[in-house]
Amino acid sequence: MANAKADPSIYFVPHNGWYPVVVALGAMLMVTGFGSYLNDVKGGGDGSWVQFYTGLTILAVTLFFWFAKVIEENSQGLANAQLKRSYVWGMGWFIFSEVMFFAAFFGALFYARVFAVSWLGGEGGKAMTGDYLWPDFSAEWPVMQNPDNALFQGPDQSMASPGIANWFAPVYLPFLNTVLLLASSVTVHFAHTAIKNQDRTKLITWLGITLVLGFAFLFFQVEEYIHAYQELGLTLSSGIYGSTFYILTGFHGFHVTMGAFILTIQFFRALKGHFKPDDCFGFEAASWYWHFVDVVWVCLFIFVYIL
Amino acid sequence: MSEVVETHAGHDDHDHHGPDKGLARWLFTTNHKDIGTLYLWFSFAMFLIGGMMALVIRAELFEPGLQFVAPEFFNQMTTNHGLIMVFGAVMPAFVGLANWLIPMMVGAPDMALPRMNNLSFWILPFAFGIMISTLFMEGGGPNFGWTFYAPLSTTYAPDSVTYFIFAVHLMGASSIMGSINVIATILNMRAPGMTLMKMPLFVWTWLITAYLLLAVMPVLAGVVTMMLFDIHFGTSFFNAAGGGDPVMFQHIFWFFGHPEVYIMILPAFGVVSQIIPTFARKPLFGYDSMVYAVASIAFLSFIVWAHHMFTVGMPLAGQLFFMYATMLIAVPTGVKVFNWISTMWRGSMTFETPMLFAIAFVILFTIGGFSGLMLAITPADYQYHDTYFVVAHFHYVLVPGAIFSIIAAVYYWLPKWCGRMYDETLGKIHFWLSFIGVNVTFFPQHFSGLAGMPRRIPDYALQFADFNMLSSIGAFIFGFSQVFFMFVVIHAITRGKKATDRVWDGAHGLEWTLPSPAPYHSFTHPPKVSDAEAHS
Ligand SMILES: [Cu+2]
Repeated sequence: MANAKADPSIYFVPHNGWYPVVVALGAMLMVTGFGSYLNDVKGGGDGSWVQFYTGLTILAVTLFFWFAKVIEENSQGLANAQLKRSYVWGMGWFIFSEVMFFAAFFGALFYARVFAVSWLGGEGGKAMTGDYLWPDFSAEWPVMQNPDNALFQGPDQSMASPGIANWFAPVYLPFLNTVLLLASSVTVHFAHTAIKNQDRTKLITWLGITLVLGFAFLFFQVEEYIHAYQELGLTLSSGIYGSTFYILTGFHGFHVTMGAFILTIQFFRALKGHFKPDDCFGFEAASWYWHFVDVVWVCLFIFVYIL
Repeated sequence: MSEVVETHAGHDDHDHHGPDKGLARWLFTTNHKDIGTLYLWFSFAMFLIGGMMALVIRAELFEPGLQFVAPEFFNQMTTNHGLIMVFGAVMPAFVGLANWLIPMMVGAPDMALPRMNNLSFWILPFAFGIMISTLFMEGGGPNFGWTFYAPLSTTYAPDSVTYFIFAVHLMGASSIMGSINVIATILNMRAPGMTLMKMPLFVWTWLITAYLLLAVMPVLAGVVTMMLFDIHFGTSFFNAAGGGDPVMFQHIFWFFGHPEVYIMILPAFGVVSQIIPTFARKPLFGYDSMVYAVASIAFLSFIVWAHHMFTVGMPLAGQLFFMYATMLIAVPTGVKVFNWISTMWRGSMTFETPMLFAIAFVILFTIGGFSGLMLAITPADYQYHDTYFVVAHFHYVLVPGAIFSIIAAVYYWLPKWCGRMYDETLGKIHFWLSFIGVNVTFFPQHFSGLAGMPRRIPDYALQFADFNMLSSIGAFIFGFSQVFFMFVVIHAITRGKKATDRVWDGAHGLEWTLPSPAPYHSFTHPPKVSDAEAHS
C-alpha cells in the first residue's frame, strides 16, 4: 500500500478535504462583510470590519493548512511529474487571467483618453453632448478641469512625467519605483539560478534582496499616494484622470503586495530547505507572478506616467 | 507511462476509497463525478428558480395592464431571471458536464486540480445565496437588467447593487478556477494516443470555451470593480460629469458579454456533435473543419462586441466594422450546421430522446442564428433594438440552443452516470412538450418585436395582446414540462432498467468502455486509446 502510494505512474488525487468549502465560506463572509461596511458608510454609519476580518481570517488560516498539506504531500513523493505539469499550466493561465483583469482597466484608460474626453471637448460624432451640457470644457490629458468641476473637483497637479531630464534630482518617484521593480525581477531570477545550483546561501540572499526591493517599492508607492492626496489634490474623485490613475496603480500595488507576501513565504520555505533544483514549483510560481507584476508596472509607467 | 492497463481501472488494487458517507461526501469531495453531479443539480435548482421568475414575468404579460406585480418588482424579475439563467443555470450545467465527461473522455483519473475543483463549485451556492438575498433587501434587488448598464447600475441603483457586485466577483473566481482546471486536464491528462485531433468534439469545444472564460471573466470582474468604485469611492469612470462615459461601460461589458454568449453555446455544439453521430450511426462529418470552425467562432467573438450598441452612437467606420465582423460569424456557424446535417445524411437514423433534442437544437438554433444575422445589419438594428425581436433571438439560441443541448446531454449520458436507462416514452413526452412550449413562447415574440413592442416592460399597447397571451401560455407549458423532466430523471435513477456498458449501439468514445454506472474512480492508469474509440 505504501509503495503504491508513491508510485510515480499514478496521478495523485487527494481523497477529500475540508479546505475548499471553508475557503468558499471565508470568501463569502469577507465580501459580504466588506459590502455591508461600504453600504453602512454610504448611508452615514460608521461601518464595521468585524465580519470582513472574520472571513479573511478563515480564508487565510484555511489556505495556510491547504498549502501546507500540498507541500507535505509533495515531500512524501505523491506529486509525480505530471501533477507538477498541471501546477505549471494552472499558474500560467491564472497569470493570463490577471493580465486580462488589467486589460480592462487599461482599456478604460485608452477609451477615456482617446474617445470620451475628446468627445466631451467637442470633437467627433458625439460632440453635441459636450457642447450642449458643458460648453466650457476643453479636452486635455491629464484632465485638470472636469466637465462639471463642482461635482468632481479636478486635481491641482497631475502625476505626469516631468521629462527624463527631471527624473533624477530630486528623484521622480515612479522612475525610482521602476528601477526598484526591474531590479527585483533580476534578483529573483538570480535566486532561481541559485536553486538550480543548489546554493542555499545565495538563494536566501537574492530572495532577501528581492523582498527588500519589493517592500521598498510599496513604501514609495504609499509615499506617492500621500503626496498626491496631500499636495497635488489628486484623489479618487478628481475625475477620470484620478479614477484611471488610482485604479491602475492601486490594483497593481495590491498585486505587488500579494506577490511580496507569496515571496515572503518562499523565503521562509527556503530557510527550511524546501527547494531542490528539480522540485521548486512554489518558488517558480511566485517568481513568475513577480515578473508579471513587473511587466504590468512597465506598462503603467509608460501609459500612465510618461505618455 | 507507456504501460497499457485494462480500461476497467476501477478494479486495480491501489488504495481506492469509495465515496464518503452522508453530507461529508458532497462538502469535501475531490471526485470529478461527485463535483459534476453537484454542478448539475445546482444548475437545475437555479434553472427552476430562474424559471419561476420567468413565469412571474409571463403571468404579468398575459394581458395588457398591470395585474400581479409592481413595475419595480417586474424589473427585478427580468434582471434576476437573466442573471440566474446565464450564470446559475447554463454555465454551471456545462461545467457539470465537463466535470463528468472530460476526464472519462480523455482517459484521465480525475480533473487535474481536484481540490480547486471542489472550491470552484462551492463558491457558487454562496454567490447565488448573496444574489438571491438581494431581492429581500431594503430598496429591492438589482433592477437594471442583466446587462447592468451604468448609470442605472451605479448612480440610480438600489443599495443591494454592492452585494450584486461581490456576487459577480465570486462567480468570476469560480469560472476562472473551473476553466484553469479544464485546460490543465485537457492539455496535461490525456491518455497516450489521445492526440489533440483525436479528442471528442465535446472536449475540443470545452477547451476553447475555457480560454474564452479566462479571457473575459476577468474583464467582467474589472467592469464591476469600476462600478463599485463609482458607487463607493467617488470615481467617475461612467460619469460624464467627471470626464468618464456611460458608453464606456457598455464597451467593456460587451467585450465580456459577446464571448459570454459563445461560452454558453460552444459546449452545446460539442454535445450535439457527440450525439448526432451516435444516432445517425456515422462518424461526424468534417471533424477537422468542426474544430477549426469552433476556433474561428471563438476568435471572432472578441471583435464583434459593439453590435449590441449600434444605437448608442458610434462612428460610421465602427458600425461598418462591427456589422461585417458579426456577419462573418455566420460562415463558421454555417459550416457546423452543414456538417451536422451531412452527418445525418443517409445515416441509419433512430430517434431516441437525446437525438430528438439534438435535431431540435440544429433546427431551432439555426432560426436563432438567422435572427442574429438580421440584428447584425446596422440600419435594421435601429428598428429592432430593444424590442421583443431581440428577446426572441437570444431565447432561441439559449433555450432550444444551450438548454436543449444540456437536456440532450443528460438523457444521453445519464445511463453512464447512474447505470440506469430513462423511460423512452416519458422522455419523448418531455421532448414534445418542451418543443411545443418553447416555440409557442418565443416564436410570437418575433412578431411583437417587429411590430415595435419594447422589451423589459410590464405593460404594453393593446395590439400586442394576442402574441403575448400565446407567449405566456407557451411559457407555462415549457416551465411545467421541466418539472416533468425532473420527474423523468428521478424515475430513471430510482427505477430505470439497468443500462449496458455501451448504452447506445452507435456510441464511440472512452467513456463507453467503462462499466455503467462508471466506477467512482476511472482510468487510474491511462487506458489504451483504440482507433474505434477515437472520433474517426
Ligand atoms: Cu453579441
